[in-house]
Amino acid sequence: MNSPTISPAPIRKTLLVKADVQRSFTAFTNRMGSWWPRSHSIAASPTVDVIIEPRAGGRWYERGEDGSESEWGKVLHWDPPARVILAWQLDGGWKYNPACVTEVEINFTAVDAMQTRVEFEHRHLERLGENAAAVRELLNSGWGGILELYGKLVAGAEDAAK
Amino acid sequence: MSRKNTAAAALAALADPTRRQLIERLKAGPKAVGDLARGVPVSRPAVSQHLAVLKAAGLVRDVAAGTRRVYEIDPKGLGAIRAWLDDMWGDALGRFGAELDKEKDDTV
Repeated sequence: MNSPTISPAPIRKTLLVKADVQRSFTAFTNRMGSWWPRSHSIAASPTVDVIIEPRAGGRWYERGEDGSESEWGKVLHWDPPARVILAWQLDGGWKYNPACVTEVEINFTAVDAMQTRVEFEHRHLERLGENAAAVRELLNSGWGGILELYGKLVAGAEDAAK
Repeated sequence: MSRKNTAAAALAALADPTRRQLIERLKAGPKAVGDLARGVPVSRPAVSQHLAVLKAAGLVRDVAAGTRRVYEIDPKGLGAIRAWLDDMWGDALGRFGAELDKEKDDTV
C-alpha cells in the first residue's frame, strides 16, 4: 500500500574550518568528546566522552562519568579523510532504538592546505516518527489525554514500521 | 511546552496512519470536519478526536469560516520535528569549528 508520509527536509549545514582535511576528519571522528555540547546527552551520568569507533560497523556512543556507556548509533560508511556516514539510532524521544535509523553524513573537502569545507547532512528524519518511543515519553510526561490514544498510536506505529 | 516536547508530540501524532492521511488531505487546502470525514475509514467523532491530537501537537490549526470551523496545516508545526535536531547540530558543529580554531592557535 502506498501510504502517505510526512517527510521533513534533511538538516544540512556547511562550514569552513581552519585545518587541512586530515586534521578536520580526525577532530570530528576521533575527538568528538572534546567539542560535543554537554547539554546534549542521553545518559543519566554527565558525559565525559563521545566515541566513534574508526571502522564500518563501529559503535558510536557516549561515556558517562560513572563509566557507563550509552549507544547513539553506529558507523555505516568509513572513508577517511573524505567521508563518514553514521547511523543515528536515537528516536524522537532521545532513546536509543536500534530499529530507528536516521543517517548523518559528513563530507570533508579541501579548500586549500589550511582550510576544509565540512558538509553535514542529517536525513531520513521521517523515520523518527515510525516508532512508539515518542508516545512513551508523552505518557511519562503526563501529556493530557494521551492515555486513551496509546493503544491506537502503538498499533499505528507498528503498522508504519512494517 | 518545551521545543523538545513539542517535537515529541508531533512525532507521536504522526505515528498514526489515519492522522497522516488527514494531514495529506489538508495539504490540498483547508477543510471542515465533515469534508475530512468523507474518504477516511473512521467515524466523524473519531476524525474530530484525531484532529484534536494533531492540533495539540501543533500540526494543524482550526479557523472560523462563517458559521463553521475549518482545519488547515499549521505551517509552524511540521518544522517542530526537526527544529531541535537542527539546533543541536548547529551548536555541535559550531563547537567543532571553534575547536579546530583553538588547535590552530595552540600550534602557532
